[in-house]
This record gives sequence, C-alpha cells and structure tokens, in this order.
Amino acid sequence: MKNASTRRQVLGGLAATVAAPAILTSTRAYAANPTLKVGFVTPSTGPLAGFAEADDYILEGLRAHFAGGVENNGKTYDIEIIRKDSQSNPNRAAEVAAELILDDEVDIITAAATPDTTNPVADQAEINEVPCITTDAPWQPYFFGRNGNPAEGFEYTYHFFWGLEDVIANFTGLWNDSGVAKKVGGLFPNDADGNAWGHPELGLPAPLAAQGFELTDPGRFQPLNDDFSNYIAAFKDAGCEIITGVMIPPDFGTFWAQAAQQGFQPKVATIGKALLFPSAIAALGDRGVGLTTEIWWSPNHPFASSLTGTSAGELANGYTAATGRPWTQPIGFKHALFEVVSNVVSRAEDLDDPVAVAAAIKGTKMSTIVGDIDWSAGPVPNVSKTPLVSGQWQKAGDGVELVITNNKHAPQIPVGGDLQLLG
Amino acid sequence: MIEWVNAVVQGILLGGLYALFAAGLSLIFGVMRLVNIAHGDLIILAAYLGLTTTTMLGVHPFVALLIVVPAMAGIGYVIQRGLLNQTLGPDILPPLLVTFGLSVILQNALLEGYTADPQKLSGGVIETASVNVGGMALGVLPLLTFGIAVAVIAGLQWMFYSTALGRGFRAVSDNQDIAQLMGLNKAHVFGLAMALALAVTAIAGILLGIRTSFDPSIGGGRLIFGFEAVIIGGLGNLWGTLAGGVILGVAQTIGAKIDPGWQVLAGHIAFLVVLAVRPNGLFPRVSH
Repeated sequence: MKNASTRRQVLGGLAATVAAPAILTSTRAYAANPTLKVGFVTPSTGPLAGFAEADDYILEGLRAHFAGGVENNGKTYDIEIIRKDSQSNPNRAAEVAAELILDDEVDIITAAATPDTTNPVADQAEINEVPCITTDAPWQPYFFGRNGNPAEGFEYTYHFFWGLEDVIANFTGLWNDSGVAKKVGGLFPNDADGNAWGHPELGLPAPLAAQGFELTDPGRFQPLNDDFSNYIAAFKDAGCEIITGVMIPPDFGTFWAQAAQQGFQPKVATIGKALLFPSAIAALGDRGVGLTTEIWWSPNHPFASSLTGTSAGELANGYTAATGRPWTQPIGFKHALFEVVSNVVSRAEDLDDPVAVAAAIKGTKMSTIVGDIDWSAGPVPNVSKTPLVSGQWQKAGDGVELVITNNKHAPQIPVGGDLQLLG
Repeated sequence: MIEWVNAVVQGILLGGLYALFAAGLSLIFGVMRLVNIAHGDLIILAAYLGLTTTTMLGVHPFVALLIVVPAMAGIGYVIQRGLLNQTLGPDILPPLLVTFGLSVILQNALLEGYTADPQKLSGGVIETASVNVGGMALGVLPLLTFGIAVAVIAGLQWMFYSTALGRGFRAVSDNQDIAQLMGLNKAHVFGLAMALALAVTAIAGILLGIRTSFDPSIGGGRLIFGFEAVIIGGLGNLWGTLAGGVILGVAQTIGAKIDPGWQVLAGHIAFLVVLAVRPNGLFPRVSH
C-alpha cells in the first residue's frame, strides 16, 4: 500500500490552508448585523476581586438586553462584550488592554475598579487612539495619576465617578456628626490611591487642616505590609479618635488585628476601598460592625437604568436573588458603564471612526442608575462626577448592612439611620 | 523612649517570623550546600495546604499542622530523592537553576488551583489577643510565633548535635564520599534533611497564613527576608539564623519608626552593611 503524499497533494493542501481565512472572513460579511466589539478589563481575581464580584450578573443581564442589537444611523449593530481579567495587577491590566486593542480589535474599551485597572487601560487606549470609558476610581488619581493637564485633557479617554473632594466632604461631615475629638490618623499606602489621598495639597491633608482636623500621617507603607505597630504607636501618641485612609482589605485586616492586639481603639474608623464589601466586613467578624465608609451607590439611591428602566433597588435585589449574595456598590456602576456605551453607540456619527466615537462620548448627557453623566460639566475635561454619600456598617439580623448616615453632600439621596460610635 | 523600645520589641517578634522562614534554608544549605530558590513558594504551598485542611475538616489552623507538617515533609523527601539529588554535584549552579524552575512551576500551579484571590487562615481570638508588658501591648500571636521560632531552632540544634540523624547530617556535610564509605546513604540523608526543612516550612506557612493574607505570588518576597536572615546570621549556623531574623526585623521596625516608607529599605540596608563588614555573616559556621 502506497501512502506517501505527492508534491501536488502537498502544494494543493498548502494552497487550501492559505486560502481558507479569506473564504472564512468573506462568509462573515453575510451576517445580518455588523458587530461592534466592546472590551472590558476588570479584576476578576486578586486582591481587587470584590469589585468584580457582580460582573457575571451584570454582563448576563446586558447580553440579554443587547441581544436585539443597538441602532445607529438606521443600522443595527450587535454588541459583543469581551471581558479580560487584570488579576488586580496594573501591568497585567495594560497587557490585556493591549491584547483587546491589537488582537481583538475592539471598537470601544472599558475598564472599572480602582486606578490600578482604569489608568493602565486608559493609557493604552490613548496611545492606540481607541475610545475608552472607565469608572469606579476617584477622578484625581485617574486624571492626575496619568499626568493629565486640565487645560488640554485627553482625546480618547473618559471617566465617570466622584472625586477626593467628595470623599473629604463626606468623611468630615460624618466625623463632625460623631462629635469625637478632631484628631485623625491617616493610613495611606504607596500606590496610586494612597499617594493621591495623602497628597499635601490635592489630597486629604489641606482640607482637613482647613476644617480644624489634626491629621497624623506617619508616611506611605508598601501594600501587603506585615507590621503596622509604628502607625499604631503614632496614632496612640497623638490621641487619634478617628482613623481614615484608603487600603486594600488584607492591609486593613492586618492593621485592625494589630490595633486590637496593641489596645488601640478609635471611636470612628472611616476607610475607603477596604470596607466597601459585605464579604470584607464578614471576614472581620464582630470587629467589622460600626466601621464607616463612603457610599457611591445603594439600593436606596433614587435612580433608574436608562436601558431597562429598572430602579437601583430592583437591580440590587435581582443580584441577591440570582446569587444569594448581598448587594455591592460596584453593581450600579458596572451597569451604568454599559448604559453609557449603549448611549454612545446609538449617537455616534460614524462608528468606524474612533474620533467620531470619542466625540459622541464627550457629548454624553444622560441619566443613569448612578445619577447624571455629563462630560461637559466635569471639574476637568474627560471627567464627569456622580453623587456621593457616606454611611456605616450596622448589625441587621444575623448579618451587617450598610446604612447611609450622612447625605449633606447629595441631599437627593435619603438617609437610612444615625451614626453609632465604635466600642 | 518607650515607643523606641516598643519598635525594637515588635521588630524582635517580627524577626521570629523571618527566622522561621529562614530556618529551613539554613538547614539545607548547611547539610548539602543547596540554595533553594523555591523556598518562599514552598511556604505559600504550606499555607494553602493549611487552608485546604481547615476548610475541609473545619479545624483550627494549629490542628491542621498535624496534617500539613507530615505532608510537607513527604513532599520534601520526594522532591529531594526524585529531583534535586540528580542535580547535586561539585557545581552549585544546576541545583540552583532547578529550584528556580520549581519556584515558577509552584507559583503557576497554585495560581491555577487556588486563583489569585487573597486567602487567610482564621485563627479565632488568638489573632487579636494581647498581653501587657511594661506599658507595651504585645500580641499573643507574634509572641507565639517568636516562641515557636526559638523552639524550632533549639529542636533543630539538638537534632544536629545530639542524635544519630544529626551525626549523619554533619558527616555528609563535612565529606560526602567518606560518609558514604562509613555506610551512610547520602541520597537518603539528603532526603531526610529536605523533609525536615519543609516540615519547618509548614509551620512558617501556617503562622504566616494566620498573621496575614497570602496569594500565590507573594512567596518570592518572603524568600528575600529568609535569605537575608540566613546570610546576616552566617551560613549554616542555626542560632545565627535566629539572630539574623531578629536583626532584620528590628532594622525594619526602626526604619518604619523613622518613616514608614523606609521599612523594607532599612532591612535591606542592614543586610548590605553586614555583607560589607562581615561577608561570611555574623556567626559563620564553626568547623568541627
């Protein structure tokens, strides 16, 4: 039996292989609707995974909603969302953003959850001239962390969230309500958030001093620190009754355990980032009750989705019903991110032209499930602000519940209870 | 004044943890001149084994030691006999490179198996309990860690100088060929040394997991502190390793006392100073 291939067979096979992609792509052109690809970079794993916990639920709902496509200039576009995991690592975020832009050739790229995700993605988008929408990171680390110039702004990258001035107004409002000594201990890590929050002029120190708060800021620590004893000693020395900062949950866990070991008991602990999630509070056990944090979104926010008409409460309850887990704040923002994408896709003059898409983002004026988004009214170009309130984790039945206790900065959002002091 | 004393005391306690990281390294270098780059990742592996045991059996992490210590010792013996013994020879480079590869494999296997999510072992009340000593509040867990470090080093020291196994370790360490002639199976002795080293690693991993959160990528950072403790103390000297860990811990907390940004840097500077002044470490191994 003869089994060797002839020269002709080999050449024929090669020719077929080379020709195949051409035939395959040409078949795609017959598809009913053109597809618009949206990249989405999110920290599905790693220390920031809590921010991305609701991604599956949100994306599932959106895919169902986008199944009918989105209309633009009389043509219906299918929307394909491609999600990539940043592993909570800024380098990895930049890498997957580059993959999305260069390999998947996305038309719009989105990212959410802390400057460690938004900044590298936005930088890649700006360099490669791809329209980019981000959220879920205070705007100062986003804008100034990328060396943004308020006079010029960026061309392709846009962001919506609140800023440090809102956090400061909320935190000081909360502390003034509490009536404890105006002595504050600051815990700022050496990362994008920590350096922005601890910045002498742009961060917390200047406004705190202006309002008569005495801030003890020993300096910047490396994230995933093993030992906070020097911070605790400094805070004890200064007689701090309030603790603040912006930390990842493991660092706050280490600090809070050491503080308990070394007999340091502040009356109010208001920490950004670490105390956002019910899972993080649950890990602290009883020591998690009474901690205070900023609230960007809650089921009680009086807003509704522009896509589906569901209210904030319905979206949050839907998540709890689907997963059996308590609602988290990023749920609303993830949903709003794609509300904006859908709105931009429907308005863009030419979806094949990145400049036109970026112009459509810039011209956004809409009400979303997290409040109004309007890039013409931001503090700097490319930034639109959403309302912020603050509140406390209080015992509710067997678990804990985040209750809004201060709304002075955004009175349209109702208060749910009074602040209680720690221990 | 008291805050400086406090910084030093906290540093000493932190040093106990570093000494535990370093004890296994010191032991295997002393016995077989092997530099184990995968040591940090093996600590993290032990922490994950502890996590699996505590979640599956619902036991306290200290009880999990009963399973994790023998498991790590077994892994150590198998790695040594199956892999590292093949690479040992007059050249120290091949085993070094193999352990480097082992480190990469371990990290990625842990990433696949456990994802990058940070995990923590729940130690219960012991995590926040403290005792008051002369105006300073000392955490029970750091004290316990330091106590365990001293006990482990003392135990290893006793085993080294007072048992038949220790005599075997010292014999192959002094001259492998003559030890073979005297009837010692070098491959087996090396396997036992690695098993012992990883048993210590298991204790270090569990204590690390109770103290703070861990994820698959942090092993490398722990390795640096372990290495520095070994080198400051003098290669192959077990009590020196404890001293090295304490010096490193105190340097870090004193550095952090001056400015928290200097915490890690101060440890590295202390290490460089010791290297510059006494390249063999403070207490190099005395020859027997």
